[in-house]
Amino acid sequence: MAGEPILQVQDLVKHFPLTLGVLYKRQIGSIQAVDGVSFDLHQGETLGVVGESGCGKSTLAKLIMALERPTSGNVLFKGEDIAKLRGKALKAMRRNIQIILQDPYTSLNPRMTVGDIVGEPYEIHPEVAPRGDRRRRVQELLEVVGLSPDHINRYPHQFSGGQRQRIGIARGLALRPDIIVCDEPVSALDVSIQAQVINLLESLQNEFNLSYVVIAHDLSVVRHIADRVAVMYLGKIVELGTDREIYDSPTHPYTQALLSAVPVPNPEGREARERIILEGDVPSPADPPSGCRFRTRCWKAEAICAEEEPPLKPRQGSDHPSACHFAEVKDVVHSGESG
Amino acid sequence: MTEGRSLTGGPTGPPTAAGEAPTPLGDAAGGEIRTLWSDAWYDLRHKPLFWISSLLVVVLITMAAMPTLFTDINPEHAVLANSLEPPGGSAWFGYDLQGRDVYARTIYGARTSILVGVLAMLVTTTVGLTVGIMAGYLGGWPDGVMSRIGDMFLGLPYVLGGIVILSSVAGVRSNPSEAAIMAAVILVLAVLAWPVTARVARSSVLSVRAADYVVAARALGAGPRRLILRHILPNTVAPVIVIATLNVGAFIGAEATLSFLGIGLRSPVISWGVAIADHQDYVRNALHPMLFPALFLCVTVLAFVMLGEAIREALDPKLR
Ligand SMILES: Nc1ncnc2c1ncn2[C@@H]1O[C@H](COP(=O)(O)OP(=O)(O)OP(=O)(O)O)[C@@H](O)[C@H]1O
Ligand SMILES: [Mg+2]
Repeated sequence: MAGEPILQVQDLVKHFPLTLGVLYKRQIGSIQAVDGVSFDLHQGETLGVVGESGCGKSTLAKLIMALERPTSGNVLFKGEDIAKLRGKALKAMRRNIQIILQDPYTSLNPRMTVGDIVGEPYEIHPEVAPRGDRRRRVQELLEVVGLSPDHINRYPHQFSGGQRQRIGIARGLALRPDIIVCDEPVSALDVSIQAQVINLLESLQNEFNLSYVVIAHDLSVVRHIADRVAVMYLGKIVELGTDREIYDSPTHPYTQALLSAVPVPNPEGREARERIILEGDVPSPADPPSGCRFRTRCWKAEAICAEEEPPLKPRQGSDHPSACHFAEVKDVVHSGESG
Repeated sequence: MTEGRSLTGGPTGPPTAAGEAPTPLGDAAGGEIRTLWSDAWYDLRHKPLFWISSLLVVVLITMAAMPTLFTDINPEHAVLANSLEPPGGSAWFGYDLQGRDVYARTIYGARTSILVGVLAMLVTTTVGLTVGIMAGYLGGWPDGVMSRIGDMFLGLPYVLGGIVILSSVAGVRSNPSEAAIMAAVILVLAVLAWPVTARVARSSVLSVRAADYVVAARALGAGPRRLILRHILPNTVAPVIVIATLNVGAFIGAEATLSFLGIGLRSPVISWGVAIADHQDYVRNALHPMLFPALFLCVTVLAFVMLGEAIREALDPKLR
């Protein structure tokens, strides 16, 4: 990917205060939801963000959308810091970055018609489309996402989950943004429908030259669509690479564990493949382990892991960055196939 | 004209109007994008329940505003010789204990009952909605304080609360003016009922505020004005409108109960509750002075409850 990145996330941190008390609130600690995340996103590229529940993926999405203010760090859109914008400038900036939410059942106002929902972006930014043109544009958008333009006067409850997610996508497209953040866009949908929605996202990317940040909690969803993948654990990126690098030569034990759980199409491979099962639960983000945050569940952990935090940098024997003192290439997906 | 129309609209073809009428869930090809309110109105217009209840409400309100349209008999005019005379040719509903016309008194009674019900509803809804939205929107300690105050009033049984407040505001033995008692009764009903409205408003503000569609609207750049008017209010006000109409019915019933207990309105005020209260000792001699006001009371309560129900269904797209 050449040229200036369209989005730069630099050392982004979000700590939520942990408070106690009903009337008078005391701060007794903080939840380190996102803790020093950095990555670049280029025009037309898709970055997958993968991690278990509670590792800070949605918080990261909200920070990119300027729906939460970062504790520290920057989010630069074409070089301009979104986190510092206020008022009119922030509103104008919102035209460039849109979000598609996880749950299609709560992300559409039940008391608005589809026309109202998909047309709302034009009401908020009237300069984008003249009043008389809106209905036609809304119908066009519905067609683009594979819905009948005649459904404009229906209510969300009259649609299936997959159709609702398409409505959400149409709303996200309305302002012709450069970047769309998809927060688990298919995890609430039936498996049979997931592929359809992913394919739709892909074809829209080609049509409108979109850049995506696609969040998911398992690698198989991201596999089809992502050019690069960031693996998150407890608020930090532990490994970052192209989809080839992550799938074929992962170096971080956490990535390897996630990959070993991804179903493979080849039945022989499935038999021979070693399955890494992680022990224990994800530690609380309010009180993360010292040093490497993954060490409490890692089979490679040694004394140094508790003392020294491993930086995210390229490791010996691989080109992409990984945050592990003992990073080592291990092909977990194909291990059983070719020996 | 009439002939021509009946010929063309005969059994050979469907009436032409049917084709032009927009279908409620239809996917109309032309026109504007429809909204919740236009759809709700469309839905209401096609509901017999709505027409029956609003017709009743309109008649009752006309009765309250202009009783002389319905009767020219003076409700105060008493002829003791007619005491407890049953319904007959000269008086449709008969005469009460003092020999006054029950029909006239029932018509005139509508004014007090409906005035108390509607005013108490207005006060309750205004206070409840304001407090509820503020508590839900602000959160934190203002929410804590307002919710606890509401709980205090909710914990008070309303008859007990009524006795305490009414006997202190308008002493049972003193002789306050009609307006003073009415104001006191409205106050009691509103004071005891606002926390319910506030609770409903608060909880719907809370759930709506955290809803993903509000997040999506914020991500689009919607300001607080749009968030409140387009997203939070419609999803909050709909349940509150419903409670408000249901409250009118409940308040009219409650006003009658307080009168019946001797702590609400009392003679010489003319109201359905007072009529029932005044005749409770004579039920065995004659039922009619109590029966007719009670009947009107039931119909009125029912009319408002039905109206509330129809509005509730119209404002919830899932129930259409
Ligand atoms: N507004 C908030 N206030 C306090 N804590 C929060 C808030 N939002 C998120 N958190 C905490 O931050 C952590 C990360 O949450 P986040 O929603 O980003 O996780 P996630 O990776 O999206 O998980 P999931 O896969 O379940 O959606 C969690 O421990 C969560 O409890
Ligand atoms: Mg999430």
